[in-house]
Amino acid sequence: MGNAFRNAAFAAVVCFAPFGAVAQERDRTAEGIEAYREALKDGNPAELFEAMGEELWKKKAGPKNASLEQCDLGLGPGVVAGAFAQMPRYFPDTGKVQDVESRLLTCMSALQGIDTREHVEARFNTPKKNELVALATFISGESKGKPVKVSLAHAMERKMFELGKRMFYFQAGPHDFSCATCHGQEGKRIRLQDLPYIPSKEGAAAGWTSWPAYRVSSGQMWSMQWRINDCMRQQRFPEPVYASDMTVALSLYMAATSNGAIVATPGIKR
Amino acid sequence: MDIHQTRRRRVLQTGGGFGLMAALSAAGFVVPKAALAEWNKAAFEGKTVADAMKALGATSPAASGEVQIIASDIAENGAVVPIQVVSRLAGTQQIAVFVEKNPNVLAAVFDVGPDLAPDFTTRVKMAESSNIVVLVKSAGGFATATKEIKVTLGGCGG
Amino acid sequence: MANPMRIRAAVKDGITEVRVLMNHEMETGQRRDAAGALVPAWFITEVTATLNGRKVMQTQWGPSIAKNPYFAFKVKGGAAGEKVSVTWVDNKGDTRTDEATIAG
Repeated sequence: MGNAFRNAAFAAVVCFAPFGAVAQERDRTAEGIEAYREALKDGNPAELFEAMGEELWKKKAGPKNASLEQCDLGLGPGVVAGAFAQMPRYFPDTGKVQDVESRLLTCMSALQGIDTREHVEARFNTPKKNELVALATFISGESKGKPVKVSLAHAMERKMFELGKRMFYFQAGPHDFSCATCHGQEGKRIRLQDLPYIPSKEGAAAGWTSWPAYRVSSGQMWSMQWRINDCMRQQRFPEPVYASDMTVALSLYMAATSNGAIVATPGIKR
Repeated sequence: MDIHQTRRRRVLQTGGGFGLMAALSAAGFVVPKAALAEWNKAAFEGKTVADAMKALGATSPAASGEVQIIASDIAENGAVVPIQVVSRLAGTQQIAVFVEKNPNVLAAVFDVGPDLAPDFTTRVKMAESSNIVVLVKSAGGFATATKEIKVTLGGCGG
Repeated sequence: MANPMRIRAAVKDGITEVRVLMNHEMETGQRRDAAGALVPAWFITEVTATLNGRKVMQTQWGPSIAKNPYFAFKVKGGAAGEKVSVTWVDNKGDTRTDEATIAG
């Protein structure tokens, strides 16, 4: 642990150096970056993906030639507005806690008769995965401005919350890393990125309420499943199965910790 | 014409098994004639601000405080850099935006017809920290403004 | 087939501000793919707009405009309920037109 942490800290210092060794200059840089981020908020290309997601939601597809419009996201069949703010949640019909993406797989299978294995196995940034990302983006946008309200009333929800918390602190891999290595202390940064302290409400909200997000560096729309998948890669963990319990548990841990914060999805990121 | 051919040859060499069309399009932006009567090829292929300005009819224009570039001093990512350009010069007819250190410097040419305010916002790519130069053609001739924008995303990965 | 744009138009004090997001790769022609081959340039070259069917805006672009372009401009006149339409054309000859109603 000690070594991995020191290496990360060293990398951060090295990367900061060109921007100015003194704190004052760093603050000025931070101000400039803040202005840059503000300018990007008006006209977030994520809107293009929301539009695509809405089209997919309404489009008849699959062996049953049905749309997803009757999908139950937790507030009853067909109710999209506000649903994302209350996910992940326990669904009696599957007996599982599901996030928006795992729930979409259930609806595609049940309503449209689609074998979703291909969607699960497809790599990110391929057409099948992009469909799910666009759908999640659309659904998340329909909760924009609503407070996160994730329930821990059901025993399965509590179990998944605890599993997610355990996963957050689980330290392993060739770099002896955990999520907490980067997100388990207040006030950490890598380069100019503030790293949210996930165990706090504020930190969990900074993460949870801004994904799915458009990433300007790649021009790609990322869902929370993609975000978590990449966190695992950065930790040099084995790649998690898309929409698996571990990924949903991590999401529930973040979502429930951020309860009461305002949903700001879809976001825009570096 | 000479420049064009040299560049085409270079692309053919590096491109290996490339088809002629692909090479042409990579080097010289093949643009269907029907689609684009107005696209100023010479200006958009300019490698320096001076060359591109010349192709737009401007030679050594003077700087003017009436031309404004609104942008943050620092861009976190050069892939997307928000820029607003405003001209307060009387009789503004055209506004052009250049990114000095990009391989092709000219980013956009906005025609300011009678129905438009001389005020545009867009986002450009920047290969590296560079000056943004804006050229305004108005009733009084050509005028420019310049603003440096630092791009921070560099050697430290993505 | 090109994907739709998102157009927002709102009038205030006699000026209609139009904000457009376009779905486009905007390939510069400088980038290489995994095999080392140049990815051919593919970008929007021209954007035009009409207000109630009358052309009011015309612009030319190069490959330095960012992927999934955002573009905002201000039209003199316009009233709530009137139509703004935006068209782009790219260097492959592909084109897309979308329309929006001006909000008050």
